[in-house]
Amino acid sequence: MILDGKCPPGPLAEKWDRRRQEMRLVNPANKRKYKIIVVGTGLAGASAAASLGELGYNVEAFCYQDSPRRAHSIAAQGGINAAKNYPNDGDSIFRLFYDTVKGGDFRAREANVYRLAQVSANIIDQCVAQGVPFARDYAGYLDNRSFGGAQVSRTFYARGQTGQQLLLGAYSALIRQVAAGSVKLFPRTEMLDLVLVNGEAKGITVRDLITGDVRSHAADAVCLCTGGYSNVFCLSTNAMGCNVTATYRAYKKGAFFANPCYTQIHPTCIPASGDYQSKLTLMSESLRNDGRVWAPKKKGDKRPPHEIPEEDRDYYLERKYPSYGNLAPRDISSRAAKEVCDEDRGVGSSGYGVYLDFADAIKRLGEAKIRERYGNLFEMYERITGEDAYRQPMRMYPAPHYTMGGLWVDYDLQSNIPGLYVLGEANFSDHGANRLGASALMQGLADGYFIIPYTIADYLAGAKPGAVTADHPEFGKSRQEVAEQTKRLLSINGEKTVNDFHRELGRIMWEDVGMARSEQSLNHALKSIPVLRAEFWQNVRVPGSGAELNQEIEKAGRVADFLEFGELLARDALMRNESCGGHFRVEHQMPDGEAKRDDENYCYVAAWEFKGANREPELHKEPLAFETVHLAVRSYK
Amino acid sequence: MNLTLYVWRQKGTAEQGRLEQYEARDISHEMSFLEMLDVVNDGLIREGKDPIAFDHDCREGICGMCSQVINGIPHGPQERTTVCQLHMRHFKDGDSIYIEPWRAKAFPVVKDLIVDRSSLDRIIEAGGYTSAHTGGVPDANAILIPKPDADTAMDAAECIGCGACVAACPNGSAMLFTSAKVTHLAMLPQGRVEAARRVCLMTEAMQREGFGNCSNHYECQAACPKGIRVQFIAKLNREFIKARAR
Repeated sequence: MILDGKCPPGPLAEKWDRRRQEMRLVNPANKRKYKIIVVGTGLAGASAAASLGELGYNVEAFCYQDSPRRAHSIAAQGGINAAKNYPNDGDSIFRLFYDTVKGGDFRAREANVYRLAQVSANIIDQCVAQGVPFARDYAGYLDNRSFGGAQVSRTFYARGQTGQQLLLGAYSALIRQVAAGSVKLFPRTEMLDLVLVNGEAKGITVRDLITGDVRSHAADAVCLCTGGYSNVFCLSTNAMGCNVTATYRAYKKGAFFANPCYTQIHPTCIPASGDYQSKLTLMSESLRNDGRVWAPKKKGDKRPPHEIPEEDRDYYLERKYPSYGNLAPRDISSRAAKEVCDEDRGVGSSGYGVYLDFADAIKRLGEAKIRERYGNLFEMYERITGEDAYRQPMRMYPAPHYTMGGLWVDYDLQSNIPGLYVLGEANFSDHGANRLGASALMQGLADGYFIIPYTIADYLAGAKPGAVTADHPEFGKSRQEVAEQTKRLLSINGEKTVNDFHRELGRIMWEDVGMARSEQSLNHALKSIPVLRAEFWQNVRVPGSGAELNQEIEKAGRVADFLEFGELLARDALMRNESCGGHFRVEHQMPDGEAKRDDENYCYVAAWEFKGANREPELHKEPLAFETVHLAVRSYK
Repeated sequence: MNLTLYVWRQKGTAEQGRLEQYEARDISHEMSFLEMLDVVNDGLIREGKDPIAFDHDCREGICGMCSQVINGIPHGPQERTTVCQLHMRHFKDGDSIYIEPWRAKAFPVVKDLIVDRSSLDRIIEAGGYTSAHTGGVPDANAILIPKPDADTAMDAAECIGCGACVAACPNGSAMLFTSAKVTHLAMLPQGRVEAARRVCLMTEAMQREGFGNCSNHYECQAACPKGIRVQFIAKLNREFIKARAR
């Protein structure tokens, strides 16, 4: 099937206006009759639930954490892009759009990205009105910094905690609607199934994580804002609870999963220290504004950094990419670090690390200035490694961080299932094959504050409110399926823990489907994952019962889904026989090692349809038409 | 290294809890405290025992989910550090470690080390926001804010809502938490509009939820992983008196 993204016709800059003009509205007095479920309370979910609640819809918001304020958007450090052009340095909506399309290696939908750039300025206004304490200069104006993949300063930030402050802003807007009675909160509640009635999304089945009760919630529409799937690699910068379950179970109910192979490996994370490692910690990319990345020139050079003289250091990003230098995009920086380590020039006890050095910046700007800019990041680094980065360079290594793939959505953010909307990292739409720094926060809030409030009305206007209730037989069926899976997991009583399986899956994914993929490695993954999955269902041990707070059963359900999803990811990576952005096939590279796209054969979105438990999924394509941007080789030299 | 753990086990809110002893063997000093507990839990599961339930999520000190009292100190011995960022290099071979949940009237124990902190959300619900609707707001640079004020607001806004301040306070008071939000918004022109109403409503909510009052022990500041200062409590009191005097 050829998928249609339903982008409005006409000039790029007028598409969103045109679509808004066409869309149907719901009368203010009728809005309260419609119930909307929002799953996830990160930037996308909290902003969506708050904005829909303000409009008068009857919203139910779900999260697995004990409070909506803890969603993983909170951990984003660096900043949020917006085409405000406050520094007068040549930025514009078009430039932000262009940078994002180019950064995504020409695998995103033009119309979506342009709209994202258009609403980016409104996001900053909205956040300031909420009291988000962005950094300011001494005249009281907002301050900007530059970020990877851009030659202008368009990033707004709040110390090293921009995600936290934006999320607390969205959370406060959400909680204001809770107080107003328009949003009902369900914390410590996990979505385990999507319920369709006559082919439309009409509710979800959830598990109450305190009591273990399995319940259904019916609604007129469902918004999934459940984030990305980096934890398929086990070790990633995501929070421990981040999972693919909500989107994967929607996929199993018929929603198409698009571009799962587009995963982003972040270049600046603290290297792992041992097998017990439970997660990897990201150090904001903004550090690359002032830090210089280097590795020893000589192989196996084990001297401590301060004993390695200038002439024995290889500032490889500055050498290879003189115009972007240390600010080269994430995928390029990550692969460059891996190459250096594969050449036996890595640093640290494991040899999997490169230096990020602040000595020059401290000399130039003074320690106080560096402390002001990155103080909390330096503290964080010291807490984890016991090392003082003001005195010696940080050690960094790439780690899975963000996933550009997600459920397929059209221009309205509606999936192929009517009534199912997907927002933020959970959808696939705006970042193509690679996301630029400070763009995730922008997209999450754009979707939630400024897009879904318009587009969902167009669907609801054609739906009779409250047409389906939770006593519809489809809900009973869904609850039974969920209860059966829980029962099955508890009854295996094998030898290995859920963590054992998750780590093993992570190893396969990192080795075979990680930063550099080949036909051979992907076929290896496609063979190993089903074997591991079969072993999981025979040999996992999940203690306790389903009728209580049981963190192992929560984890087991998520890992069970990762064990299926990992295969889909590998399959997509094998099918996409080209390199682009975060997807790097070793068979397809330029003479200098850059990703080599194949626009003739792969300039499309790959959307996969679930076809049954042991059957291959079916591939559907959405051709990407570039009407404005000229397809070019992405060069950061 | 090898350690002896004494961990609070409690099946549910209404059940009786007690400390139980566990051995943690071959622990690396590079591990985080929670990774040490992961290792202990995987061992318990293999032995067919019930693993220790504890809250955690981001494991990078920002989400505020983790909440353990270690050897009598909320978040453990290292200053300005959440449990998830505490590393085993701060312990030595043969140590005994006591691990308990947050203890406060307003935080009932849910299971083992997990407590119910929804009372904090309800304090924010009482008024911890500006009533800005989506859309229809002025340009961001139309609101100028002196840098020192913006910095103070940011200092207060760094609160992660973990509740360590409540757990550390002999009165189980949430004054530090509440004052951080009141100060954050009161420092900014956008937040001034509703400042008087906000401080009264949030203070009422605090009392309604069963939190105690501040009697200047400053234990909250000592326990806060984000370095939120007690000066904000003074600011809360000043805002409250100003609001009531109107």
